[in-house]
Amino acid sequence: MSAPQLLVHEKKDTVGVVVIEGLKAGTDMTAVITADNSSFQIAAKMDVPIGHKVALVDIKKGDTVWKYGQDIGKAVADIKKGDHVHTHNLKTKRW
Amino acid sequence: MAKSAKSNGNGKSNLRFSGWRRENGRVGVRNHVLILPLDDLSNAACEAVANNIKGTLAIPHAYGRLQFGEDLETFFRTLIGTGANPNVAACVVIGIEDGWTKRVTDGIAKTGKPVTGFGIELNGDIATIAKASRVAKDYVQWASELQKEECDISDLWVSTKCGESDTTTGLASCPTVGNMYDKLIPQGIYGVFGETSEITGGEHLAKERAINKEVGEKWYKVWKAYQDDVIEAHKTDDLSDSQPTKGNIAGGLTTIEEKALGNLEKIGRQCRYIDVLAPAEAPAKGPGLYYMDTSSAAAECVTLMAAAGYAVHTFPTGQGNIIGNPIVPVIKITGNPRTVRTMSEHVDLDVSGILRRDMTIPDAGDALIEMIMRTANGRLTAAEALGHREYSLTKLYRSA
Repeated sequence: MSAPQLLVHEKKDTVGVVVIEGLKAGTDMTAVITADNSSFQIAAKMDVPIGHKVALVDIKKGDTVWKYGQDIGKAVADIKKGDHVHTHNLKTKRW
Repeated sequence: MAKSAKSNGNGKSNLRFSGWRRENGRVGVRNHVLILPLDDLSNAACEAVANNIKGTLAIPHAYGRLQFGEDLETFFRTLIGTGANPNVAACVVIGIEDGWTKRVTDGIAKTGKPVTGFGIELNGDIATIAKASRVAKDYVQWASELQKEECDISDLWVSTKCGESDTTTGLASCPTVGNMYDKLIPQGIYGVFGETSEITGGEHLAKERAINKEVGEKWYKVWKAYQDDVIEAHKTDDLSDSQPTKGNIAGGLTTIEEKALGNLEKIGRQCRYIDVLAPAEAPAKGPGLYYMDTSSAAAECVTLMAAAGYAVHTFPTGQGNIIGNPIVPVIKITGNPRTVRTMSEHVDLDVSGILRRDMTIPDAGDALIEMIMRTANGRLTAAEALGHREYSLTKLYRSA
């Protein structure tokens, strides 16, 4: 298999990580779930830098966001599948 | 590729290295003669001695005056532990006065290694520097003739702490360290992880990784005390861009929970911590993985782990933390291909193949074990070659 553009830790996760430089909006990404090595395709809606997250599903404002199969905070805006997920739409529940 | 970490049947592993066995039985992988200041006032004299006597190393720092209580105990533990570390062959201590200078020299002397203290009061800098330089010269010539001996991997103490993390650390470099611990802890090494603030969001997972309920409760008390006494008392939005840091955010990490979950990948899948250490406290329950209550700031954390006696440090980074330590080689591991491309001089081990799916985590763990053995055998780390000697003392509260 060619190198994936997106890696996802666990099946339960609602975000994945871009692992290539220069990802452009509209790219049909190959995503690999590292826990079981399964893969799927998902389109990037935006240019997203390496290391940054992409939503795997539509996420509503207030929803918990999942990564590593764990709670990593709450959405503070509605997020569409394929959107960039970062400080503008995801916030810690801790401080 | 590294030899796999398996026993060869006679009770010894096939992972051997040559190191200096010290008077107390511990093995060092470096052979430093330290010129250690008791306090900030004595930095100048220590630097003068290190300038006079080639091959010695001064480690200036900012503290040592008017500390009291637990803060002072942490300070003494760190200073004594630094001198006592097996990577140190011998040590000269210089302080402004004799009393606390003696406390540090007596602490280091318990290891059996050569150590002499000098007080500046009633002597002045110049006479002190002259006397200390003569002792330092004897020490460095003596140390230069010490011979290495072949040692088993179980003689090695390996610490870990990550820095300038990003999402690639949780995917690649931290699990690489975790895989190394899963392989080497059963071989009888001592390991340690820490970073109390940075477990926040993964505290339920960290608590479960204790060897038993009692140790898990001890860990939780330490974590909760930091939350209650420090975070709740002083907290700001996102801790003022300190958790996560600006660098973490640039690298794609958004929340402390996300950062914590990546951080915890460093303890692998199987190993369990057997005790919870105070800052700079030496482990005392035998081989195994330990937790140490530390800051998540790189230099403070590595300084405390070195003071507990750890001889090699493994440091996963995403965005490219460049930290080193004066006495402990710090091995830099990154899985971020952009960091490999832009900061290669700081990288000891490139595991970016994990992101391309052309390197497995067990392969990366083997490559790290090989790099640990090479480092133990004398290979200078990137941080050593570049002169990184960050020595940062942990301050628990304001001095009197």
